[in-house]
Amino acid sequence: MKTQRIKFCKCLLPEENMLSKRIIPCLDVRDGKLTKGIKFRGNVEIGDPVETARLYYEQGADEIVFYDITASAEARGIMLQVVEKVAETIFIPFSVGGGISSLEDMRAVLLAGAEKVSVNSAAIKNPEIISQGAEAFGSQCIVVGMDVLRVEKSPDCPSGYEMVIHGGRKRMNTDALWWAREVERLGAGEICLNSIDADGTKDGYELDLTRLIAGNVRIPVIASGGAGNPEHMTRAVTEGRASAALIASIVHYGEYTIPGIKDFMHQAGVKVRRTW
Amino acid sequence: MLAILNYRAGNLTSVKRALDHEGIPCRITDDADILARSRGIIFPGVGAAGSAMKNLRENGLDTLLKDLISRGKPMLGICLGCQIILDESMENSASTLSILSGSCLRFDHELLDEHGDPINIPHMGWNSVKLVRECELFRDVPQEAEFYFVHSYYPEPRSDLLIGLTSYGRDFCSVFGRPGLWAMQFHPEKSGRPGLKILNNFYRYCMNI
Repeated sequence: MKTQRIKFCKCLLPEENMLSKRIIPCLDVRDGKLTKGIKFRGNVEIGDPVETARLYYEQGADEIVFYDITASAEARGIMLQVVEKVAETIFIPFSVGGGISSLEDMRAVLLAGAEKVSVNSAAIKNPEIISQGAEAFGSQCIVVGMDVLRVEKSPDCPSGYEMVIHGGRKRMNTDALWWAREVERLGAGEICLNSIDADGTKDGYELDLTRLIAGNVRIPVIASGGAGNPEHMTRAVTEGRASAALIASIVHYGEYTIPGIKDFMHQAGVKVRRTW
Repeated sequence: MLAILNYRAGNLTSVKRALDHEGIPCRITDDADILARSRGIIFPGVGAAGSAMKNLRENGLDTLLKDLISRGKPMLGICLGCQIILDESMENSASTLSILSGSCLRFDHELLDEHGDPINIPHMGWNSVKLVRECELFRDVPQEAEFYFVHSYYPEPRSDLLIGLTSYGRDFCSVFGRPGLWAMQFHPEKSGRPGLKILNNFYRYCMNI
């Protein structure tokens, strides 16, 4: 009976029966400034995160991720001012990650106007922060960032993917697939899945990993690490089954533009938002 | 001046920021006089239907809102504010404001996405709206525009109130209402320029009646 119903639904599936796949530029911020200036085609270098967010917003970014790599506690206030200014300037969702390790950190960022907060190493060290955050602010606010390394399959890592922190320098002896299911159970609203192996290569996203995680959880997965061209993004959201693709250097240095990437994906048959 | 109804549910400041950006005068308030004096009310909200209704009732805002609307005050409900103006919600089995007829249902886990896999719930991200009836809030909004959604429940109003449809595993009603009383499931304040246009159109309507 159940199978029949599912088949029946499938027949009725309309063509446009889906969310648009999201393209999400990621900006690294330190002490309120971009860590590397952004060069838009034909433009001068920009180091201001607010101005850069505005430009990406106007170019059709579907969401923006800020990653705060500020080390000192006193400089954290600077980031909150940046978040407030961004919230007054762009009218699409944006998230803030980096160094979020308590409910108070989450609250401060959300009150400053971010739509979502992203937790990474703090969540592995203290998984309860996910459930507490989801309880206090709603699952849709809580993104869990996962840094993942490909390893030999072992009893501890049966999926062949291991969780790492500190940019891959510290291995956590935690299976990535197990952890993805765990963060979903704890109430995460979304997973940002970064392959340490692919990161910085520009050879494409780690599709096996992306498909493994996206196919085994019922929350959206953002593919991250390895984007070199629009074909890579297309494959991440089709073969990889990701809901979104995170991009950084390929747009920051003017190699590709967001409208150009979206045109490519549209022509490849992917539903993307093309009017803004 | 537009009033943004403060009923201590979720993020009201994002609507205020969007209106400020557009130069639309507004105040976040639960004050009966200010609500009565406003040219129109925006009823935003993120959160659960049960606790939202509790807050509304405790502050007497449920009867106040019904009264203002019966006297022709324009209102725009957004997200939870769109669901809660119906009769009832499956969320917390709450009986809601009954300003417009209909109920609010939960997305069925058996619905399928484009891969034939069960859909993710909540429905979160950008999706389109097909208008089945003309609506002045969508004046000068491109037909292909998409809007930002975050929700696990969807409104099912009486069919004559239907204005716009969105597909997610099934077609559901994403915009409904009648002139002067509109409700939308998506977040116009987070939907880029087309969303800001809708807020502007609402303000213009409020100023012209």
